[in-house]
Amino acid sequence: MHSIMTTFLRYRFLLGNLITRDLKVKYRRSFLGILWSMLNPLLIMLVLNAVFSSLFKAAKIDNFPLYLISGQTLYSFFIEATNGALTSVVDSSALIKKVYIPKYIFPLEKVLFSFVNLLFSLVAIFVMMLIYGVKPAFTMLLIPVPLLSMTMFAMGMGLILATFCVFFRDIRHLYSVLTTAWLYLTPIIYPMELLGDGFISKIVKYNPLTYYISYFRNVALFSTLPTLEDNLFCFGYGIVFTIIGIVIFKAKQDRFILHI
Amino acid sequence: MAERTVIVKNVTMEFNMVSEKVDSLKEYFIRMFKRQLNFTSFKALEDVSFDVHKGEIFGIVGLNGSGKSTLLKIISGILKPTKGSAEVVGTLSPLIELGAGFDPELTGRENIYLNGSVLGYSRRFMDSIFDDIVEFSELENFIDMQIKNYSSGMQARLGFSIATVVKPQILICDEVLAVGDFKFQKKCECRIQELMSGNTTVIIVSHSIKQIRELCDRVLWLKDGKVVMVGETEEVCDMYIAG
Repeated sequence: MHSIMTTFLRYRFLLGNLITRDLKVKYRRSFLGILWSMLNPLLIMLVLNAVFSSLFKAAKIDNFPLYLISGQTLYSFFIEATNGALTSVVDSSALIKKVYIPKYIFPLEKVLFSFVNLLFSLVAIFVMMLIYGVKPAFTMLLIPVPLLSMTMFAMGMGLILATFCVFFRDIRHLYSVLTTAWLYLTPIIYPMELLGDGFISKIVKYNPLTYYISYFRNVALFSTLPTLEDNLFCFGYGIVFTIIGIVIFKAKQDRFILHI
Repeated sequence: MAERTVIVKNVTMEFNMVSEKVDSLKEYFIRMFKRQLNFTSFKALEDVSFDVHKGEIFGIVGLNGSGKSTLLKIISGILKPTKGSAEVVGTLSPLIELGAGFDPELTGRENIYLNGSVLGYSRRFMDSIFDDIVEFSELENFIDMQIKNYSSGMQARLGFSIATVVKPQILICDEVLAVGDFKFQKKCECRIQELMSGNTTVIIVSHSIKQIRELCDRVLWLKDGKVVMVGETEEVCDMYIAG
């Protein structure tokens, strides 16, 4: 345990440098720079709102555009983080083959990089909340809870995916199918209530992303206090997946070098 | 007896050789179905043991495919040996293919910090040696230019400068002294000798027997993954050339 901490401290400068590198590479060449991370969710929100607002009129969601942008932003964060982590080890093969670096640095870096992007996007959400006149509430202090537990969940998934990708490169194609299905099984655009109580609604209900997104909406938009169940599921998914990810990654990491 | 910094004990490295590498799930299932998932194992290193003493320049010679690079990778901790152990006392700086950690989109300055952190050094330490690195690489005028616009010689110079200015306790060189023009090569050799006097242990792999003779104190000769002999430079080099 002690040596794990010292290695991590030794390489935290690397972690920071890799994140800054990704940010620089992402934003250096674009005219609007970091603004893109804020504009992107706004533009997607406009499109979704134009298409779906009349469709779901009957459900009567308050501030439907805010409902859309919050779901969409959190979902994108999760997809970006896990997709980044998925290829992180394989993409860093040049480095891994030449220098000893603790390998978990790479998926961890991608997840944290996406988290930084999420923070930029949150600014857009807060601006929209101001525009729509959402009143400040104490429940907003809980906003970090879904974000942090979701990051843990993404980290766990990222470690699992990164490990599989080393051995089977086509996992990324499978995962893109999975993420598309996941998009439709998460109440991002549609309201939960419309699903009735069939089999699909069970899947949607126990889908981890549903917990994170509705937790976020409850505390940020609807000033509703989360229940104990919400908290347990959010952290439960986060902790369980992180542990599974660490176990799988650790068991296989010495063999990575032979396959990349 | 001199202090030992690298202790390699009974190291055996086995690889699974597959005629065609299976790296997709689809292939894996097809082959499992057809029962074509057979591996033949190949021993890249077999029962290799030796010590490197503190402050010496240690050469490794051998033909292509004799296991030299595998051995260096095991010493640097990149590969885990199948059997045996390799223990390293002190910080280690690999010079295997210079500039592996460079990002072409970043400038020379940013890459110095990135590469330093890849080697596990802190920001404060990199700040303190930044000027020395730039000076040694002679790239003052290009330091804020993106690396992708550097020539390969310039990249190699920067890589060599970073790896040696950090003054590691153990420096590993894999055929990298052949970088840059002859003037820079001379500078590299001087730097290696300078590091040596500063108590740095250097491990060199080279095909140039001349270079090994000039620089090394002791030499290890590998053949087909086995140690043929370890000993004084002249003795081993003479035997190696003789066959």
